Amino acid sequence: LPPLLSSPLLSSPLLSSPLPLLSSPPSPLLSSSPLLSSPLLSSPLLSSPLLSPFVSSPLLSSLLSSPLSYPLSFLFHFSQRFTTVVPESCMLILLGLVLGGIVLLTSKKQLYQLEPGLFFLFLLPTIVGDAGYFMPARLFFDNLGAILLSDVSLCSDQKVQAGLMEFLLFGALISAVDPVAVLAVFEEVHVNETLFIIVFGESLLNDAVTVVLYKVYMSFVEVGPENVQTADYFKGVASFLIVSIGGTMVGLIFAALLAFITRFTKKVRIIEPLLVFLMVYLAYLTAELFSLSAILSMTFCGIGCNKYVEANISQKSRTTVKYTMKTLASIAETIIFIFLGISAVDKSKWAWDTGLISCTLIFIFVFRALGVVMQTWVLNWFRLVPLDKIDQVVMSYGGLRGAVAFALVVLLDAERVPAKDYFVATTIIVVFFTVMFQGLTIKPLVNWLKVPRATNRKPTINEEIHERAFDHCLTAVEDIAGLNGYHHWRDKWEQFDKNYLSKLLLRKSVYRKSELWEVYQKINIRDAISVIDQGGNVLTSARLSLPSMASRASFPEVTNVTNYLRENGSGVCLDLQVIDNVPGAKVEEESETHHFLAGNLYKPRRRQTLHDSGDHERQDREIFQRNMKSRMETFKTTRHKRHSHKKDRSQKKRRGSDVKEQDLNDKPRRNVSWQDKDPVVVPVESEDEKGEHLEPEKEEDVGITFVARKVPDTPKERPKSVPAGLEVCQSPSVAPPSPTCSERNLPWKGGIGTLPVCVSMEATKIIPIDLQQAWNQSISSLESLASPPGPVEPLHPRVSALSRLGGQRPVSYSGSGVSGSGFGSRGAGSIVAQGIARFEFPPGGEEKDEEEGALSDQEQELQPLMSSSVRPPGPPPPPPLAQGLGRRRNPCVYLRSLVTAPPPGSEPLARSRGPTQL
Amino acid sequence: MGSRASTLLREEEIEEIKKETGFSHSQITRLYSRFTSLDKGENGTLSREDFQRIPELAINPLGDRIINAFFPEGEDQVNFRGFMRTLAHFRPIEDNEKNKDPIASEPLNSRSNKLLFAFRLYDLDRDDKISRDELLQVLRMMVGVNISDEQLGSIADRTIQEADQNGDNSISFNEFIKVLEKVDVEQKMSIRFLH
Repeated sequence: LPPLLSSPLLSSPLLSSPLPLLSSPPSPLLSSSPLLSSPLLSSPLLSSPLLSPFVSSPLLSSLLSSPLSYPLSFLFHFSQRFTTVVPESCMLILLGLVLGGIVLLTSKKQLYQLEPGLFFLFLLPTIVGDAGYFMPARLFFDNLGAILLSDVSLCSDQKVQAGLMEFLLFGALISAVDPVAVLAVFEEVHVNETLFIIVFGESLLNDAVTVVLYKVYMSFVEVGPENVQTADYFKGVASFLIVSIGGTMVGLIFAALLAFITRFTKKVRIIEPLLVFLMVYLAYLTAELFSLSAILSMTFCGIGCNKYVEANISQKSRTTVKYTMKTLASIAETIIFIFLGISAVDKSKWAWDTGLISCTLIFIFVFRALGVVMQTWVLNWFRLVPLDKIDQVVMSYGGLRGAVAFALVVLLDAERVPAKDYFVATTIIVVFFTVMFQGLTIKPLVNWLKVPRATNRKPTINEEIHERAFDHCLTAVEDIAGLNGYHHWRDKWEQFDKNYLSKLLLRKSVYRKSELWEVYQKINIRDAISVIDQGGNVLTSARLSLPSMASRASFPEVTNVTNYLRENGSGVCLDLQVIDNVPGAKVEEESETHHFLAGNLYKPRRRQTLHDSGDHERQDREIFQRNMKSRMETFKTTRHKRHSHKKDRSQKKRRGSDVKEQDLNDKPRRNVSWQDKDPVVVPVESEDEKGEHLEPEKEEDVGITFVARKVPDTPKERPKSVPAGLEVCQSPSVAPPSPTCSERNLPWKGGIGTLPVCVSMEATKIIPIDLQQAWNQSISSLESLASPPGPVEPLHPRVSALSRLGGQRPVSYSGSGVSGSGFGSRGAGSIVAQGIARFEFPPGGEEKDEEEGALSDQEQELQPLMSSSVRPPGPPPPPPLAQGLGRRRNPCVYLRSLVTAPPPGSEPLARSRGPTQL
Repeated sequence: MGSRASTLLREEEIEEIKKETGFSHSQITRLYSRFTSLDKGENGTLSREDFQRIPELAINPLGDRIINAFFPEGEDQVNFRGFMRTLAHFRPIEDNEKNKDPIASEPLNSRSNKLLFAFRLYDLDRDDKISRDELLQVLRMMVGVNISDEQLGSIADRTIQEADQNGDNSISFNEFIKVLEKVDVEQKMSIRFLH
């Protein structure tokens, strides 16, 4: 334990040193202190009347302790052996004890106490804010019932332990399960989510209960027990309701306010994180000001605004908020525990009473257990998955008392409550006991009971998809069985959210799912990197991902290409690796896909609680149209042959089926329905038509999007394009900077003349055309990424007009400029697909044939998907020679010229990319 | 409605259903009244149209698949027994059912039956394999239009690749089980039916 011992010694001078010392943090580790100090410093400005009494001393002491304690907790993380056994909170308390002892020895007087003001105004909010903001809202609301119930009654359990008002008071405050302690311990234990959320949520809401009960009893004590009448008890209950509901309301109001403000911060991204912090903190202070439950207020502010704010603010702000909050919270946590230790040493504050202490401990234990058992018994009537015995044990064992109780007890007025010293002593012992003993033993206990742990593993793609399917299943079955009570209020809320809140609070651009673009971009890059990182395998994959195999003939061995590319790439790619230092393992890739899916799969109604943004409506519409469409088809075919409809459906959807045939199938069917004058059918059909219009639009997205996916095949595109793309696209909703700007501004772009060197003549010779093409595509795709999806829209009218032409639509659509890139992208798409699929099968001999084969393969695979069935007449992959020249500087130009020339409709698109051609 | 339901549902029928599906008496009568309210033709069976009339199903991406799951192969009508049999798949597994002797016929709501139900949603042609096409269809249903087909295709490929063990480029039921073995299917495929 040498580091532990030495560090307090080292830091003790720090402790007694004046403030100025801190302004120049002695080590890089202390860099956290500015973080802490800034909210502290700024908060007095916010509400000076409220805070002024506290500003002086707590500010100083917390400033003192933050640089001191943080590195220490940092040290703990290094001493692995301890941390595996001892929770950090225990270590911190111990450390606090040691520190307190030293200070006491040197100055004979305890200088630094955990002062309630400091605790409630600065430390607690940071922790709670963190917890509230990152609270998985869905889980929370799933278990809300459980939390509320266990909460209220657990608290009330404890007051039984004594007859006196004062003991009631004490019971109230000692029964508070401390969010800080619970958070600290449970996070290290990694219990499963449900358990964690229940216990943690309970302890959060506990604050409301505790504080209210505390205040109620406090007033009772003031009045004197003999004067308390029955009515007062009811008043107590009422004030409990008011405090908790009021706190929640304040929180929600601030959440709405915050969300609304962030809607307009597009131009000043820099203040976004600050806004988040300030508003959340303001919610806390406001609630505190009105004697409402501040913790509740803050928690709900965090929960409430999370969805909207996350959608509104930029990616960078999101990261900032996340890490700053986490840092603050952990600092505060550390400080609290250390202070707890320090305060405990000071004997002047407490008086020992063995009877009281042991009684309290026993009662705490017994009542906690009793309460848990009783409530779970009630709860299990209503829960789908009952909480079993093991859960109950952990729940009751997890009732750690912590700083809240301590702060409350210290706050007691010694004149009114003569037994204060006893209470303080008991509280300290209880806190120590629960945190130390229970904290130490809960881990073995959890192991021993084999409590299901939280798994950190990301769900596989399969799980992701299938579970979503399950959810849809459940929703449908619920609907069929006519059970809508279970999710009823949630549905109601969603309606409200969709109709009003999202419209009011979300930026308009958010509807377009810019998130999709970010994620998408990431997938592409990961794909690329992972393909390259696979080393030897690159051979196959790169080869397979080539759009055409024609020029491969010029290569005796493809391996050389890939190796060459890799080497080449690695030199050039430095920039990329700086920006994107994820090693591109397959895991990454998968997790991206996972996110991607998560963002894009339709959510069943029950799932969309708070997380979902306003695109619900659109989703409903889409699904509705699709369903109607399929029903229409079913309907029509069942006319002909009643029993074959299933077959028909599957046939219609069979992807591998002949394109032409499908096209034919499609058209007549539509005509039939047009001729049908069935009153029901017609409107539906028109809707159906609309759905069709949507499709092309989507496909364009696809086209553009898709190209980016292509990235995998060429390593060397990474240097050039990816960084540019990344930089530019980081915050896609910022007025889309033209790629050219970025090209000019970015250092590596500036030297465009030099760039070709890396890729240069050699490369031109060596690299097969298909690679070149792919590269171009990826570049253009990245550029297109730079320009937000917006430009796509103008196409819509035209496309729809085209689609009215009937059979023409797919052709003209894909023939139009959009698909110039779209075409390439398609190829690329299937390449990726094929790449995976064909991985196992070594390539056949004939190169040329294979190329064609590959192409037609692609077509086959893709066309059914794309519903545009005719192979695009657009130019086949650009000829190698032209490419060779055009490619080096801005190879995309070539492609783009192909792309942009023909179609009148795609002009906006062309224009958006135009600048790059300069 | 309730009275009508009980008059039409004979006591022994209830007993049989109870035995087969494990629903309680009150659940059965409740669901029966739901059944009759869905049954617009009032002929004791439900047709696809009856199901399609449920407004929420129209916005459920897998709605039609689930409707299909209610109908036995090649039939267009489902009676109350069949209706209950399908719903029974979603009954949560109760404690006392867990330690039943395995020799007794597996209850409809067992884990593997739940999985089989889900599997059948994908497996349209009932060849006990989810082919890439079948997977793609479901994916397309579940995914917004802003995902490209290529994207979807590669997701499907990856999904199959991940699950596929024997290299036949499709997911068999065993592979399906294997892939989902870490998922709490018992919980995620269960609905709390009102008592």
